[in-house]
Amino acid sequence: MSNVDPALRDEIIAAIPNLRAFAISLSGNVDRADDLVQETLLRAFANISSFRIGTNLPAWLFTILRNLFRSEYRKRRREVPDSDGAFAATLTTHPDQNTHLDFEDFRAALDKLPPDQREALVLVGASGFSYEEAAEICQCAVGTIKSRVNRARRRLGELLAIDDVEDFGPDKTTLAVIAAGDRP
Amino acid sequence: MSGQGATEPSYSSEGSMSGKEKMNDEQSGAHTPSVETLTNRHLADAGTALGSDIQAKIGQHLRAMYDDVVRQGVPDRFLDLLAKLDRSEGKESGEGKGVSGDSGGGQ
Repeated sequence: MSNVDPALRDEIIAAIPNLRAFAISLSGNVDRADDLVQETLLRAFANISSFRIGTNLPAWLFTILRNLFRSEYRKRRREVPDSDGAFAATLTTHPDQNTHLDFEDFRAALDKLPPDQREALVLVGASGFSYEEAAEICQCAVGTIKSRVNRARRRLGELLAIDDVEDFGPDKTTLAVIAAGDRP
Repeated sequence: MSGQGATEPSYSSEGSMSGKEKMNDEQSGAHTPSVETLTNRHLADAGTALGSDIQAKIGQHLRAMYDDVVRQGVPDRFLDLLAKLDRSEGKESGEGKGVSGDSGGGQ
């Protein structure tokens, strides 16, 4: 790692926040996610010579992280996720009660997706990778990524639509009134 | 028989349950579908094509969750790690061995 170009090093550091967000979505646990990111950084610096300058650095790092997660996953399966949920635990900026409830619904729905679909959805829908880049990271065909993303969206839509129908009617209004009434 | 309601909604509603239907008509405008029709369509969307609003909501929530983590920036833990790597760089080899040991820990 002694020969890491400073600019490359800066780029790697700049990718850390995104790597963490992706790792949390994979592992469902903030501490494990940070361990994954740390291991990813060590691997990246140790194998920096295998990175071809001018190619996609974030995709390269995401691939390392995903492979690490996969090999670890095979070893000990997915640990029971925090009941609080990893994403929920990181949420600091949504004090509004209704928004928070919405998030809880969403996180629960996301947890129900098969890992392949969740991963594809996060890469394309949140990390901002193209289908082609996501396919490279997941080492599969572009069409496979597309169908995983579509299935993930459909499934989430179904889960959330059911929630919506259940929430339909007085419930949300009642909640809002109660919440408003609680305020001094 | 089946065509009756569809072709002449105003006639059939006036004829059958004038009071209730009339109120709906007044509230929602003369030729808009009844409340019942709207609800059915909502359910149909939810079951099959999915409302685009739900898809939009999915995208928003996904990014909001993700960005919430991204906004936390680079935790000190990683800056410390990089500093450690820099220091061990002088001592040749290393390749982060001293540091990588504790990441696998935890049992």
